[in-house]
Amino acid sequence: MKEHLNNTWTNLRRSPYQSLAAVSVMVLTFFVASVVALLAAGSQTVLRYFETRPQVTAFFKDETTVEQVDQLQQALVATGKVDQVHYVSKEEALEIYRKQNKDAPLLLEMVTASILPASLEVAATDLSYLEEIAAVLQQHEGVEEVIFQQDIVTALQSLTSTVRQVGLGVVAFLGLVSMLIVMVIISMKVAAKRAEIKVLHLIGAARGYILTPFVLEGTCYGLAGAFLGWGLVYLLLLYSTPLLVNFFSGISFLPIPVVLMLALLGGELLVGAFIGSFSGLLAVKRYLK
Amino acid sequence: MIKFDKVTKKFGSITALSAVSFEIPKNSFVFIVGPSGAGKSTIVHLLLREYLPTSGKIKVSKQDLAKLTKKELVALRRQIGVVFQDFKLLADRTVFENVALPLKFVKNDAEQIGKEVRQVLKLVGLTERAALFPAQLAGGELQRACLARAIVNCPEIVIADEPTGNLDPQTAVQIVDLLKKVNEMGSTVIIATHNAQIVNQFNQRVIALAQGELISDQPESQYPLTK
Repeated sequence: MKEHLNNTWTNLRRSPYQSLAAVSVMVLTFFVASVVALLAAGSQTVLRYFETRPQVTAFFKDETTVEQVDQLQQALVATGKVDQVHYVSKEEALEIYRKQNKDAPLLLEMVTASILPASLEVAATDLSYLEEIAAVLQQHEGVEEVIFQQDIVTALQSLTSTVRQVGLGVVAFLGLVSMLIVMVIISMKVAAKRAEIKVLHLIGAARGYILTPFVLEGTCYGLAGAFLGWGLVYLLLLYSTPLLVNFFSGISFLPIPVVLMLALLGGELLVGAFIGSFSGLLAVKRYLK
Repeated sequence: MIKFDKVTKKFGSITALSAVSFEIPKNSFVFIVGPSGAGKSTIVHLLLREYLPTSGKIKVSKQDLAKLTKKELVALRRQIGVVFQDFKLLADRTVFENVALPLKFVKNDAEQIGKEVRQVLKLVGLTERAALFPAQLAGGELQRACLARAIVNCPEIVIADEPTGNLDPQTAVQIVDLLKKVNEMGSTVIIATHNAQIVNQFNQRVIALAQGELISDQPESQYPLTK
């Protein structure tokens, strides 16, 4: 193995610009792959956040009695389309308001429990039931206003799905391009070593002995590209984390756990090694036929 | 050991060998002689199974070369050491590394490989040149390095294609002397050459070819054209 690694290192060292080109295209592929993976995971987290939030909120009139609220709750549960129902009293609403505005004493002074409405927060078992549940709530005489966030969730679902599909498409295309470029670069090196390969054949080298340095070379391109692409994305992510945390306040998916990033790196290294070694194998096999 | 049975090799309309038959027993020392274009190198290429005969059979150690699998072909080539006319040493490796190659195909023990390579380099007189690259060697040294690579794994057969082609008479004799030593150590040695002086000096079996045909096959003979 040491012999093969030495030969591989010699191959890499002797044509630095070709090696640089191969690694660069791999870096680009894995940079995009990492961005897509993080975007997909991030949008999924945002979607989950909205899905687990109360999806329909009904605000009650001041004169609505507790019995009326109980009645409504039972009616909702009876539909079988409701996952969770939570009643928020005027006092709880004030508590929430205080928490949300703890840094603005002026706003706190002006608000009392009496001016905040009690509400019922409802989560549906399926997003398609939201409209139906909202209609039940709106028909109730004690309900003043109903708001629901179906549009946001639907838009997010569509965005997540688009990010996944387009991302996968782009990554697959870039993966294919990387493979072809690595194949062409290794083919050039194999062509330059044709005479040497012939001699090795004649003096009894097995195919594996001839193949291995080129396959290892491809593997090196893949591994280096995966590591550098991932590293660049991780650096960018760390740099922009404060900004993103601010932007997504309330949705806690940042900073991304190191274990998750390491798992992403592991996956990308595996894929990189596969793309590189497969390209190297294809390139050299053509010449060994 | 080696059997050519009515072997013909054609390259398009050109007949390089025409129904050539001969046998070379184990541990022989044989010259294959003839002028340029006689078919000497074709025999070497056929023995290495670089290509197959157009017709006829070639057997080495009772194996029909036409029927070898890829693995068997690799095994066959490991049994044959070749001294190429143009040396075919790898330019980016030192003499030591070039000579070590056939051993590296079959062994992993670097210490043992080193020991065996040093022994062979000593035998061919290249100990001092071990760290040099082929481009830094003289013609005779290149030929000796090539010979060292051919014999380092003690092959059953050593084939030398015009081993004295570009050498001065004294170096040429040294090279053939080395090949004789290799033969005495147990290998079958086949030398394809048109060097009459060398052939006559060693007085061994001579298979003579002309225009692809076998014209004579004599034990302990002289170069036929000088008779």
